Amino acid sequence: MVGTAEKLEKLRATLASAGLETLVSNARVPLGFAPADAVLKGGLERGALHEVYAATNSETSATAFTAGLAARVAGKKKILWIRQDFSAVEFGELSATGFLELGLDPSQILLVCTAHADDAIKAASDALTCAALGAIMIEIPGAPKILDMVTSRRLTLAAAQKNVTAFLLRFAVKPEASTAETRWLIRGAASSKENENWGQPVFETDLVRNRHGRTGHWVMEWNCDEGLFREPAFGIAAHHRAVVSASGDR
Amino acid sequence: MAKEKNALRLSALDRRATSLGLSIGQPLANARAMLPELKVMAANDGADRKLLEHIADWCDRFTPFVALDPPRALLLDVTGATHLFGGEKALLDRILAALRVQGFVVRGALAGTSMAARACARHRDGLVVEPGEEMAVTEPLPIEALFLDPVTTHAFRRAGLKTIGQVAHRDRRELTARFGSAMVFTLETALGKTEKPISPRIPLPDYSAERNFPEPIATEEVILASLVSLAETLCEALEKRGEGARRLETTFFRADGTVMRIAVETGSPTREPKVIERLFREKLDALADPLDPGFGFDLIRLSASRTQRQEGAAADFSADLNAEREIRFLIDRLSARFGAHRVLAFQANDTHIPEAAGAALPAQEVRGAKSSWEVRRKEEAPRRPLRLLAKPEEVETIAAIPASPPRRFRWRRVQHDVVLVEGPERIAMEWWRHLTPQSTRDYFRVEDTNGNRFWLYRDGLYLRETGNPRWYLHGVFA
Repeated sequence: MVGTAEKLEKLRATLASAGLETLVSNARVPLGFAPADAVLKGGLERGALHEVYAATNSETSATAFTAGLAARVAGKKKILWIRQDFSAVEFGELSATGFLELGLDPSQILLVCTAHADDAIKAASDALTCAALGAIMIEIPGAPKILDMVTSRRLTLAAAQKNVTAFLLRFAVKPEASTAETRWLIRGAASSKENENWGQPVFETDLVRNRHGRTGHWVMEWNCDEGLFREPAFGIAAHHRAVVSASGDR
Repeated sequence: MAKEKNALRLSALDRRATSLGLSIGQPLANARAMLPELKVMAANDGADRKLLEHIADWCDRFTPFVALDPPRALLLDVTGATHLFGGEKALLDRILAALRVQGFVVRGALAGTSMAARACARHRDGLVVEPGEEMAVTEPLPIEALFLDPVTTHAFRRAGLKTIGQVAHRDRRELTARFGSAMVFTLETALGKTEKPISPRIPLPDYSAERNFPEPIATEEVILASLVSLAETLCEALEKRGEGARRLETTFFRADGTVMRIAVETGSPTREPKVIERLFREKLDALADPLDPGFGFDLIRLSASRTQRQEGAAADFSADLNAEREIRFLIDRLSARFGAHRVLAFQANDTHIPEAAGAALPAQEVRGAKSSWEVRRKEEAPRRPLRLLAKPEEVETIAAIPASPPRRFRWRRVQHDVVLVEGPERIAMEWWRHLTPQSTRDYFRVEDTNGNRFWLYRDGLYLRETGNPRWYLHGVFA
């Protein structure tokens, strides 16, 4: 029994050296933005449930931020994006060229359209048994009944079991209690301007829950060319609204 | 009773009415005079047809070759199927008895040709005509047994030809000239001299496996378990021929005669019983009308209606291939549950029209072939929005001059003050795709004071295509 832990450690090292790092649980993926990575103890945890809430009128920003996180976590693997029909009507349909312009490969994304949140959760539960997926996205507007603690715990467990990372993208709702590993509140920020030009997407991010560490508030930019988050390239626009701290459990 | 030639006439009778001397085609007034207490109902051809189709579905358990012969006949080609039911006579008796139990008044006969069987069914109920005896059996039958149109039958009667035999002795050329070749063909078929094959109502599957249950089964576990064993049989057959199924159909025959069909499709050829069972489980689980077994199913048939070549499923340890297979299976499961049109993948499209550039197609149909996405321009911020509105929405704008981009606009009742504008990017509609001329769009990327970024366009070239251009919001950037 004494040697078990050692053996396990050795096995993990072997797997890592063989390039099968995804098999090593608790692998963390750096976002690329150092201050956030420090708080996250190296990066975003794989095989866990993460939640991203959109501030009003920042739904597309939250979509892009989550897409960025998913792309970091998934690498070359497929991303299954489950979205409710209402979400597409209200906030716009996900666009292949939009993903492309963000530096993601549209062929990497599988889209599942569901009529209700219940169907979305069913699809997610099934997809979380598929270890070949890099990440799954569950896009749900409002606060349907199905999204309670039980569902959240089920998704968390399922994500851990097959080491598939799940992202819950929530629109038009205030942050709620759940078993998620991290919870973010995203607001679109004025783009960083290089020579007064249209710039890369910038997010005002609020990490309102972090199960294994401190919370934080940062302004990050998504670098479409390198596929990572970083400090905004140039000073962001003069205006900078005060951050309204979101209520949420810690 | 139905209206025919401006008079209400009897169109169908029950046994008692027949025995009281009424006949089909008799005017209603005439019948009423004979039997004042006669009960009549309006004929419903649609319902009759539907009922006939239901019976045809039920007959599918005996042979896949079932053809409708409206208004009230079915033709079954049982070639090669009779031994399964203990011979021709046994099969005929079984079908007739089962239908009578269901409450139908039915007559039937079995013969070497369809028309001979049809002629005998009416006048020699329950008869099995020995091979080669068709002519001998049908010749004495009345001419009505040919079920020709009433005008033709009437013409034969008037000419004194009362039996099939009497017509059969006339010169064929004479008959063809007078009544057409179709009539002669029917006659020849009834005499057993020629035949045309029955075309099945439902395309025949390439592979199929079925199981009879002497005791009808109703519980879900048993139904799924029998599906697995059927799938095993089917998959063995598929494997022998090196094929895999792309479309599978299960037919549930309920003991009370109702027949239900459920189909699943796969993105790549499959011959794994477990996979097949899982797909049906997803499909059954998601049915809007759950599969109602009633008093149970007495026959379940699983068939592969579309198949494709599948290379030997040698154990494959390549991680990539395994991952791909796992994802294909997930796509099939989700498609079975939600429908193929709800599980999508993006495919590059060679067009510059924004809404068509990256069409989302059913993932089962998008093959692994690398699609050729345009390469993103490095060092440049996104030029296309991440979320596109299904239909561009008109916005109220305030612009300094009509041709220039707006300073301020109102979308969905919220006012946005523009601080940054990029553009225009002129996108001409592909005129060869439209019949009516489409106006050119000038797209602008704008950012408001809150950092929200939108994709606006002006519809039509100012002064050239329109004097008062309207503005639309088409998408939202991150």
